[in-house]
Amino acid sequence: MAEAGIALIKIAVVLGFVLNLAALLTWAERKQSAVIQDRIGANRASVFGLRLFGLFHIAADALKMLTKEDHVPQTAEKFIHGAAPFISFFFALMGFAVIPFGDVLRVGGREIPLRILDLNIGILFIFAAIALEIYGSVLAGWSSGSHYATLGGMRGSVQMFSYEIAWGVSLLGIFMVYDSLDLNRVVLRQGDLLWGVLPKWGIVTQPLGFLLFLAAGMAITKRVPFDLPEGESEIIGYFVEYSGMKFGLFFLTDFVLTILISALLATLFFGGYQLPYLEPDGFRFPWGATWSLDHYTVVFLQFVALVLKIVFFCWLLLAVRWTYPRFRYDQLMDLGWKVLFPLAVANVILTGLVLTLIE
Amino acid sequence: MFIFVALLLPVVALLAGRLLRPQMGHDTKLRPYECGVEPETDARERYSVRYYIIAILFVIFDVETIFLFPWAVIYDKLALFGFIEMLVFLGILIFGYIYVWKKGALEWV
Repeated sequence: MAEAGIALIKIAVVLGFVLNLAALLTWAERKQSAVIQDRIGANRASVFGLRLFGLFHIAADALKMLTKEDHVPQTAEKFIHGAAPFISFFFALMGFAVIPFGDVLRVGGREIPLRILDLNIGILFIFAAIALEIYGSVLAGWSSGSHYATLGGMRGSVQMFSYEIAWGVSLLGIFMVYDSLDLNRVVLRQGDLLWGVLPKWGIVTQPLGFLLFLAAGMAITKRVPFDLPEGESEIIGYFVEYSGMKFGLFFLTDFVLTILISALLATLFFGGYQLPYLEPDGFRFPWGATWSLDHYTVVFLQFVALVLKIVFFCWLLLAVRWTYPRFRYDQLMDLGWKVLFPLAVANVILTGLVLTLIE
Repeated sequence: MFIFVALLLPVVALLAGRLLRPQMGHDTKLRPYECGVEPETDARERYSVRYYIIAILFVIFDVETIFLFPWAVIYDKLALFGFIEMLVFLGILIFGYIYVWKKGALEWV
């Protein structure tokens, strides 16, 4: 019984964090784009004259989506049309099951691993979730029976094909350095120090892998500059025939995936929940100073560190979105197949060579 | 348990939407979106052959990538032998990749 209760609390914390951050991002994206483009941005929604920088737009959007008329075109395959947003959202959420939010929390002689699912193939699980997530947009495009939606769905599937390979290969270096597919073990091993000073984070050991993973990750989440499946100024995208809450789910999936990619970037390349020099019993600086902290403070600091890293990468992805124009389709394919893939393979060979030389 | 909660969330959202929204079907409203033009053809027509080529290439390279994962995890135990073996494997992969590139399968016109 206690086990089930703990599991429920963990799920509530993780999902609460993800969904609230996703909702906040819908606001942040509008506000950030406004600031970048020297506009004022969303600020009209108000409660009793209180505007709070437009933060009420989150609630207003949710209400609007819930009360909008549902629109299923005559040409649609009804069942698949209804199932597609569900598939997208469900698999995007599944990815968070294996993200470690901390090592272990010891309460009253009980050891609680701070992740929902302890899988030794964690990263493959996320690959599977993201690969299945794309079915949502492909099925949505195909089932709508509209030319624009079909084009969006086809573009989405081929973009996914092209970038998933470079995405997977760019991570191989990380697994060669840290010897595990288990995300928690990867994070734990990133707590080591290189030459006694530098934290052994993925960004230090795999700088090229980081850039490749970032680029391919942006392509996989279908974000600008890789937003051809959506392309809102040309084809509106695979969800053109959706309205109401079904569209809302696609909209939210976009941001959930952004958070998932941010969480992966933080976990694999920026030490996850690790803070530099923070050991289980407190800070231990390389110049000899120590600052002992109790267990709860350490766990809390680690959780806050991970959250801040995730928020930073969310900000980065949003900033990229409003800085760069969209690629042309042949440029997109060229980048995926002719630049990222060979570079990723070169990165694997280089990593292998360096590791062999060190031994 | 996470599966159930993750399943429940979109279901609840969609149900809440169904309860709250108005239901006003209308013939013209339900036409697929074509910027006001009557759709001439079925949307699910034939696709460009490029999509198929990319899909087939994806299967080939993705399977090869999967083979690399177990190798990467035990890399420190395999040492030099593993490195050379994988160079041979990657060599075949890269040879195929160059062949595909020269054939023009990666060109998107």
